[in-house]
Amino acid sequence: MAKSNKPLLWLPFAGGGLVSALITPALILVTGLLVPLGLLHLPYDKLAGFAHNPIGKLILFGVIILPAWHGAHRLRMTAHDLGLGNGVLVKGACYGTAWLVIIASADALLSI
Amino acid sequence: MSRRPYIRKVERNWFLSQRRYTLYMTRELTSLFVLLYCVFLTLGVVRLSQGQAAWDGFVTTASSPLGVIFQLVCLGFAAFHSVTWFAVTPKAMPLMIKGEPVPDKTIIAVHYALWAAVSAVVLIAAGV
Repeated sequence: MAKSNKPLLWLPFAGGGLVSALITPALILVTGLLVPLGLLHLPYDKLAGFAHNPIGKLILFGVIILPAWHGAHRLRMTAHDLGLGNGVLVKGACYGTAWLVIIASADALLSI
Repeated sequence: MSRRPYIRKVERNWFLSQRRYTLYMTRELTSLFVLLYCVFLTLGVVRLSQGQAAWDGFVTTASSPLGVIFQLVCLGFAAFHSVTWFAVTPKAMPLMIKGEPVPDKTIIAVHYALWAAVSAVVLIAAGV
């Protein structure tokens, strides 16, 4: 059987699709509406404490990178539908952004 | 003689010609806004790691008119992603229990219940 790296792309893609479907709207509701309206506060101590905890780190990492990977992979496919092709530029822009998100968030979370 | 395959010309705005194509493209473009919001969240954890003042600055940016507009657009697309993702789940992952197929409606309903539960957990954790 021919070897393929596709399952490695699909698994986080499907997982990310589910994670973002379940949690991303609620996160945006908090950061984009409830906090700006003053109905909620996200104090530094509370969030830094959450991110200091290993499980908290893992949760934050997961809810950031899984939807990001899902979005990047799907955006690459959509770029093809938009007639932008499937070139190095499209791949680089999509997966490059996802890897930037992965590395920057890992680096930040590990230092909290 | 070299082979000259026929390449059908595709208009850039082909997806505007029919409503279902437009819905398809809207559904797929939710990925762009999910990705952008993740970049925004990454910025958030980076600022969080830099201390109190940096974090407060991030919250101020997120609460600025431009920040709110950006996030509300993301919210619209993210919610559309949720609805369309749940709608295709029974097709993508049909489920059999004791030899009987689970009805599509049940699979979708379970996902909506999960969505509500996860959202409630997020809101409670955020201090609602």
